[in-house]
Amino acid sequence: MTNNEQEGIVKEIIGKLNKQFESRVRLGIMSVLMVNESVDFVSLKDLLDITDGNLASHLSALEKNKLIEVRKQFVGRKPNTRYRITASGRNAFREHLDYLAEIIRLKR
Amino acid sequence: MYTGILHNCFHEQQKNLKKVCHLNIIILLCISKYFYMEQNQEPIQQLNAIRNMMERSSRFISLSGLSGVAAGIIALIGAGVAFFYLDFDQRYFDIDRYFMERSYLKFDHSWLFITLDALIVLGLALFSGIYFTTRKARKKGLKIWDSAARRMVINMFIPLSAGGIFCLILLYHHLVFLVAPATLLFYGLALVNASKYTFHEVRVLGISEILLGLMASWLVGYGLIFWTVGFGVLHIFYGMMMHYRYDAKHDE
Repeated sequence: MTNNEQEGIVKEIIGKLNKQFESRVRLGIMSVLMVNESVDFVSLKDLLDITDGNLASHLSALEKNKLIEVRKQFVGRKPNTRYRITASGRNAFREHLDYLAEIIRLKR
Repeated sequence: MYTGILHNCFHEQQKNLKKVCHLNIIILLCISKYFYMEQNQEPIQQLNAIRNMMERSSRFISLSGLSGVAAGIIALIGAGVAFFYLDFDQRYFDIDRYFMERSYLKFDHSWLFITLDALIVLGLALFSGIYFTTRKARKKGLKIWDSAARRMVINMFIPLSAGGIFCLILLYHHLVFLVAPATLLFYGLALVNASKYTFHEVRVLGISEILLGLMASWLVGYGLIFWTVGFGVLHIFYGMMMHYRYDAKHDE
């Protein structure tokens, strides 16, 4: 494979990469939810080290795309919002990982 | 003339192209700068970030290897104190004599001393564990009591408290010779259970403790020696291993 061809393929894969996961925060949220059954808002905030507003906007974007789902409940009187990855979110993330691995493999 | 026009046209086009190119490069630079701050474009960086997040959110990585070493040293000292305090007859529990005369077990002052010794060892080991782990978390700027830490502690305490109660029941039934094996067994099970939420070495340590506990329940009577190996030697060994694998590397 010539260099040009290879670059073409890499570019093609980069084009396939899920735009949802381009942001550091969204990638972080998805990574956390991949390995945890469900995570509450405060834990996510601590892990990602960002502001409430920033996190909330990324979360609602992911929710709108049905990559994650939200469950609101009350612990005593305090509202507790927990997030969970959906099946399609899990698949999308796996696909993203596969593409990343593919790019690394081609660039070697 | 025709060629002249064509030439001019070409020249003009090139100029325009240059302008466009220039603009493109500026836009590209802006985009890449934006991406550089907000996003990790490089796949390797992205994968590293993913791995880091997965580990930090699901595993208690502040657990310090030094806490294991400290706990082991404290256990060795405690065992040494017990060894020199007890006379030969008491150091090794004589199982034959136990079944011949059920009165072998007397709760005299030496039992009180050993219980106190064990409790002090437990307290100091817990204290040192919390101290070194807090220190490591602070050094790395991580929160200590996060959800992974909570899950690890809860999962550790389920088998551990069952084991503690079981040992008290053994004492109640005067089955003293099974106490040391039972503590090792339940402690090993607790570690295996907790290891899902922390380093892999904890799992291997847990399995070693289980094997040691099984051996101790077979070779009854050498409780003190098995305790010394299980809580002293193994802790120091795996503590050092964890320290050199995870902590020392980051300090450099």
